[in-house]
Amino acid sequence: MANFLPLSEAVAQNLNSGDMVAFEGFTHLIPHASAHEAIRQGAKDLTLVRMTPDVIYDQLIGMGAVRKLIFSYAGNPGVGLLRRLRDAVENGWPHRIEIEEHSHAAMANAYEAGAAGLPFAMFRGYKGAELARVNSNIRKVACPFTGEELAAVPAIRPDVTFIHAQKADRKGNVLVEGIVGVQKEAVLAAKRAVATVEEVVDDLQAHPNACVLPSWTVSAISVVPGGAHPSYAHGYYPRDNASYIEWDKIAADRETFLDWMKQNVLDASPEDFAERTKDLRSAA
Amino acid sequence: MSELDFTPDEMMTIAAARALKNTDVCFVGIGAPSAACNIARLTHAPDVTLIYESGTIGTAPSVLPLSIGDGELSDTAVTTVSVPEMFRYWLQGGRVTVGFLGAAQIDRFGNINTTVIGDYDNPKTRLPGGGGAPEIASSCGEIFITLKQSKRAMVEKIDFFTSFGHGEGGDHRKRLGLTTKGPTLMITDLAVWKADPETSEFTVVSLHPGVTRDMVQDTCGWTVRFADEVSETPNPTEIELSTLRDLRARTKAAHSGASKGDAA
Repeated sequence: MANFLPLSEAVAQNLNSGDMVAFEGFTHLIPHASAHEAIRQGAKDLTLVRMTPDVIYDQLIGMGAVRKLIFSYAGNPGVGLLRRLRDAVENGWPHRIEIEEHSHAAMANAYEAGAAGLPFAMFRGYKGAELARVNSNIRKVACPFTGEELAAVPAIRPDVTFIHAQKADRKGNVLVEGIVGVQKEAVLAAKRAVATVEEVVDDLQAHPNACVLPSWTVSAISVVPGGAHPSYAHGYYPRDNASYIEWDKIAADRETFLDWMKQNVLDASPEDFAERTKDLRSAA
Repeated sequence: MSELDFTPDEMMTIAAARALKNTDVCFVGIGAPSAACNIARLTHAPDVTLIYESGTIGTAPSVLPLSIGDGELSDTAVTTVSVPEMFRYWLQGGRVTVGFLGAAQIDRFGNINTTVIGDYDNPKTRLPGGGGAPEIASSCGEIFITLKQSKRAMVEKIDFFTSFGHGEGGDHRKRLGLTTKGPTLMITDLAVWKADPETSEFTVVSLHPGVTRDMVQDTCGWTVRFADEVSETPNPTEIELSTLRDLRARTKAAHSGASKGDAA
């Protein structure tokens, strides 16, 4: 059963230094508040997993919390490159990180295999693609019926997955709507899962086929309105595209980055997210 | 000759848009392809199915998304599916006729690099990586590519094979067991290129208005092949141009205003 906890307790109880952790969200519902809490609590030596690491992974890497990154597209979508990630990979600042790189198809299949309790995922992919040369976790299997050669990658089984969702009911069942990404798979593949939500309601009013994570699949729920900002929560507030554009400048310089992190993360709290999205809500 | 009243970038987007048919199911890459695909939908191909890898199928955004997962895409889609379903059933399942990609670095056989400049383990520039591209390149019926010409982007030898085009040319795809066509068409700001049916090398078939062969060669890192008959790309029509400019203006207003909360 999901426990309703303040975010600081939810993170403290479920995230340990050295964990493999996924803060999932495919451009939508990215759990910014949870990642900021992880940074405030000084998490270290993390293996970060995500299909589309963007701003929060740039922040975690720049703050030295990361040992290894498993990913398939590391960019600021529509804006450019992740400058803190680049600084780590190209210059080793603040320290070197290990990289395990896949394609989206591989990561999506690997999360699904994790959720399905399988040891690996197979799919038709990586044909002629050079990632197979630099990533020893990309291998091949033969179809036992036709002999067709298929790609194989290990299942993803995070120690803990963090997601942001629109709402939970009072029992702790969590509803995810809109672009649902790979969050359901990432939660079911993980040993523990934490969801931040915009609000708690009496009735989710979900249609029979909606993406609902039953209370007993989630370890902890924290109510953090605006907790996805500058990503968005469909039906609540839109994506703050201007903030993504601005991030490119902030992350370009180490000092500017550290100053920004102190002001907006280290000296901030989960409650600040509501303020950051206040003006956006009328536009949703 | 009188001065042309459109930019090379506008010509590129419009020429790329023309390549899509009304019946196509198109997997849309972010950036230049996204503009082209939506211009196709807003002009000659109103029923084209646009798919973004975030899971939105049959989407019809009124402004161009900044990311591949802006809410607008889900709001206007026929349906939104999970990302694993997108890659397993729809892409791998063979439902997509055209994959429309951009490229950071490309060679004459349509092999694309969006991973690193320099050595993989010690890169000069770490690029975002492949994302959906490796399997888009192998699973879609065919691949269209659009990019602005430059010697930096169009190179003799790419630094990393993020997604496989025609490899070393000829029947290399077939030898790897790939049954899809791969890159068939490339639209740049200067020309339209088609893959040669024998060698699979991109060959210029049409020059945009006012463009010379030298201009194409001067901005390309390999020795350019021209088809026996090179035609001139038709000028943008008034409707194509106004549709593109309106879309760009709406997009600019929406993206710059968002942080102040007046994006609606």
